[in-house]
Amino acid sequence: MLYIFCPHCGLRSQNEFAYGGDGSVKRPTLNKEVSDKEWDNFVYNRKSPRGKHVELWHHISGCRQWIKVQRDTVTHEIFKTVSADKEI
Amino acid sequence: MSQTYRLNNSGQINRDKKISFKFNGKKYFGYEGDTLASALLANGIHLVGRSFKYHRPRGFFGAGVDEPYAIVQMVRNKETEPNVRATEQELFEGLEAKSVNCWPSVNFDIGAINNFFNKFLPAGFYYKTFMWPKSFWYRIYEPFIRKAAGFGVASTKYDSERYEHKYEYCDLLIAGSGPAGLSGAYAAAKNGASVILAEEKPRFGGSLLTSEVNIGNQSGKDWAEKIIAELKEMPNVTVKNRSQVFGYYDHNMLVMSEKVSDHLPKTKKFSPKQRLWYIRAKEVLISSGSIERPIVFGNNDTPGVVLASAAKEYLKVYGVLVGKKPLIFTNNDSAYETAIEFKKNGIDPIILDSRNAPNSEIIEEAKNLGIHIKFSYVVVVANGYKKVKSAQIAQISPDKKNLGKIEKINCDCICVSGFWTPTIHLSSQSGNKTKFDEKIDAFVPGKSKQNETTVGSANGIFNLEETISTSFEKGYQLSKKITNNDNKVSVPQVSEKKFTNHDKFWCVPLPNKKNFKRFLDFQNDVTVSDIELALREGYRSIEHVKRYTTLGMATDQGKTSNLNGLQLVSDVENKVVPSVGHTTFRPPYTPVSIGAIVGREIGKHSKPTRKSPMHSWHEKNNAVFVDAGMWLRPRYYKKANEGLFEASKREAANVRKNVGVCDVTTLGKIDIKGPDAAEFLNRVYTNAWLKLPVGKARYGVMLREDGIVMDDGTTTRISENHYHMTTTTAQAANVLSHLEYYLQLVWPELNVNVVSTTEQWAGAAIAGPKSRRLLQKLFPNKDLSNEGLPFMGYSDGDLFGVPTRIFRISFSGELAYELNVQSDFGNFMWEKIIELGNEFGIQPYGTEALSTLRIEMGHVAGSELDGRTIPYDNGLDGLISRKKDFIGKRSLNREAFIAKSRQKVVGVVPLDKKTSIPEGSHLVKDASAKLPNPKLGHISASCWSVEYNNPFSLAIVKDGKNMIGKKLYALSPLKNKSIPVEIVSSHYVDPKGERVRS
Ligand SMILES: [Zn+2]
Repeated sequence: MLYIFCPHCGLRSQNEFAYGGDGSVKRPTLNKEVSDKEWDNFVYNRKSPRGKHVELWHHISGCRQWIKVQRDTVTHEIFKTVSADKEI
Repeated sequence: MSQTYRLNNSGQINRDKKISFKFNGKKYFGYEGDTLASALLANGIHLVGRSFKYHRPRGFFGAGVDEPYAIVQMVRNKETEPNVRATEQELFEGLEAKSVNCWPSVNFDIGAINNFFNKFLPAGFYYKTFMWPKSFWYRIYEPFIRKAAGFGVASTKYDSERYEHKYEYCDLLIAGSGPAGLSGAYAAAKNGASVILAEEKPRFGGSLLTSEVNIGNQSGKDWAEKIIAELKEMPNVTVKNRSQVFGYYDHNMLVMSEKVSDHLPKTKKFSPKQRLWYIRAKEVLISSGSIERPIVFGNNDTPGVVLASAAKEYLKVYGVLVGKKPLIFTNNDSAYETAIEFKKNGIDPIILDSRNAPNSEIIEEAKNLGIHIKFSYVVVVANGYKKVKSAQIAQISPDKKNLGKIEKINCDCICVSGFWTPTIHLSSQSGNKTKFDEKIDAFVPGKSKQNETTVGSANGIFNLEETISTSFEKGYQLSKKITNNDNKVSVPQVSEKKFTNHDKFWCVPLPNKKNFKRFLDFQNDVTVSDIELALREGYRSIEHVKRYTTLGMATDQGKTSNLNGLQLVSDVENKVVPSVGHTTFRPPYTPVSIGAIVGREIGKHSKPTRKSPMHSWHEKNNAVFVDAGMWLRPRYYKKANEGLFEASKREAANVRKNVGVCDVTTLGKIDIKGPDAAEFLNRVYTNAWLKLPVGKARYGVMLREDGIVMDDGTTTRISENHYHMTTTTAQAANVLSHLEYYLQLVWPELNVNVVSTTEQWAGAAIAGPKSRRLLQKLFPNKDLSNEGLPFMGYSDGDLFGVPTRIFRISFSGELAYELNVQSDFGNFMWEKIIELGNEFGIQPYGTEALSTLRIEMGHVAGSELDGRTIPYDNGLDGLISRKKDFIGKRSLNREAFIAKSRQKVVGVVPLDKKTSIPEGSHLVKDASAKLPNPKLGHISASCWSVEYNNPFSLAIVKDGKNMIGKKLYALSPLKNKSIPVEIVSSHYVDPKGERVRS
């Protein structure tokens, strides 16, 4: 079970969190023309990287904040976590 | 029967406490402190089971967790348990155990015929034999495999025992209480670290319990007892015996299974049978020791062939002789301790040592004691079927390839030692890449991956002095790293006999023209020739060889067999062991009971049960409940002999005719506040929200980014910057996460706050033509006219002193209101509604009537908003704003979503107006068409229309609106039904929606 540092609460076990997918995805701005390809990439297409990856976790049984976690998908090592409004 | 193999005055058992037990129905005696294995051996019982494949007689091989044979079916306090190792099961009064894998009895086992047909059971025999002919599978092969497989029978009864989980945090977790573990624990604890010391056995001390060493001027055993006693007194130390750390997971999370009560006749009150510990340790000291491996020779599975270390443990801990004419067969010095122990107890052993004239302190001692030693000698084959009777031995050439003349020697047991294998399971599980140590012919941990350090013989160190000094040092260093304390205790003086090198020899060659079975894996019956065959058939990867032959795949996970298997592969392949590699170590290290894994999360405890504040009223009024997520909701209120159908019809009809009340507390409620709340809702919902006035509610639909409907509900503007959102019961948690996601990640610039208030409000829906008259009684001073509180209006009220939110919203399609009060007043509100509603003929209604009412009105709900439909499918086109952007809007342009023939929600009525259509039925043109019959759609929800008194269903059908008026068939192969139906409008009752506005 991973041990995830929540920037708001501290180190907490994985079972307090819900996984939220790829943290590097950016939603296209509202009211902006978006090509089919761009939209498909936002909604459907995800990379499955081996190694360092930024992902979202939701501290669902804690402070209920979404956080960004940089994790190695092979070793599960966590390098950095930041609150949702920051970039890694 | 007397304990004829029990010594008079050695061992660490309590001879004052005699214990009776039963094995295969026969009564025996042992002592407190025995294991089932030691007590049986004391009674001269060697035959305990039959082997897996050939059903050969099997006895005891080890004395602990490595035991491959002695697996029994236990009965304890009327509960039966399979797969129990007799070497680990402590004896208690009244214990009952049975042999497994034999029929009709362990002494006469019909399956043993496999032994004579063993040519047909080679490596991969499952894959080869049971493939053909196909028709044999169910009738012959499967029953055969089922009968032959497994080690015991699982109980079909509910397990009445209690199991617990415990979460723990510590600075240092130490796995194993041998010399390394004790030293590390002591040094760390004295330096202020919080320590958990885990020992799998009942007794602490590991190898110190059986070795002849001196630590700090005491015997090793006394030193261990002193250290443990001191550790137990320290407040920063938790010491646990009968506790196996079996898994090393990510981020230094380890799991330990504590057998709290398995050694007692009955679990004590308020105590669990077993406890599973989830331990998050800052550092882990792995002191799991090592396991002796055998030397492979002919018929080396005969009962009476035991590990030399096990024979020593039976002598020193239990005062039990595994035999009275022991033959010791070794390639190293450690088995000499076993021989000396026999000699000291008046038994004359013979040592066969594969080495050519080795020299060491302990060999000298054995010689001086007059023990008969034959160097360069090996056991070729064990004689005897159910017990060793003699052995054929021979001299072996220095290159270990040729045997001399075969001689016969009488013996009743063969104590074998092929040197020691470090127990590296935990370090390997942590991600540590192990490395092969040529000096000891075994793998040892490599570079640490997580915060783990391996010490002692688990790290390949077999020298006690070095073990103790490095473990003290590691304990001190690790604790210093964590606590910053600098209190170093002194390392005690250690004296032990010096050993010389072991012989790199592990398998005795076959004599000319002989083909004895030489076992590698004793539990799965894998022999040397099986591995050779697998290699001849082209298997190369050790992972493939393992799966093909099942080497190391039994419940002992190859603790005594893996390394010899690797040696064999490397010999045949002419590779060195490190390039063969080893198979992956995976948790658990040793079997863990399902009960312990499940813990308390069984039955009602498996998830929380959510109840509304009015729950006890429902109970008192004969509600029949239904699970709605975690909630318990009244499905209907039973009157007299009514069933679900009659009751729900009555309740729904009463809403249409008079007035009904429904508990809607379970609806998700989210409080939304902030100056940008309207803008936020405008982005979340598909329709327009910027102009909703204060005191008004609006129905909204929200989408996922892929255009699929996520949820629907009403949201009310309570005040300028304050909204009250409702969600469906099922989606409440997802919607909150969804809103938080957009507020925190996507649009952090919006000044909005959301919080769940589901639990804070109790809700009651009052529906029916007489609901306004009832409401006027509840709020006498309120203007509740159609102008005073119009449809989709909101107002606050005073319910006899209780502040109330009044919403004029409707799910039933009738004139209806929803009242919300603070949860504590929920019951008060409910009882008032019933009390004052009596004169209007009020009846409570459950979820079944609620469904009926919404279905015949054509209101879509969860069964239509099923995660596959878009707003257009559900006739919600009017709610899609053309003017603004919102979550998921861009996806609605997708080609498939705008296709003309897209599915739509429609109504369905059976032509006979009698036959209810099962939900999930497929709609087809031709009921007798050839399969697969082209499907036009499916029935999503069915009810009995109380308005028209006939069945009515909703369906999602291709090209829906153009299908209205068409006649189709609803097919339900599951219920064997084919019903002629007509497609109608989904708005079956009050299609213009006049009632809700009346
Ligand atoms: Zn948090």
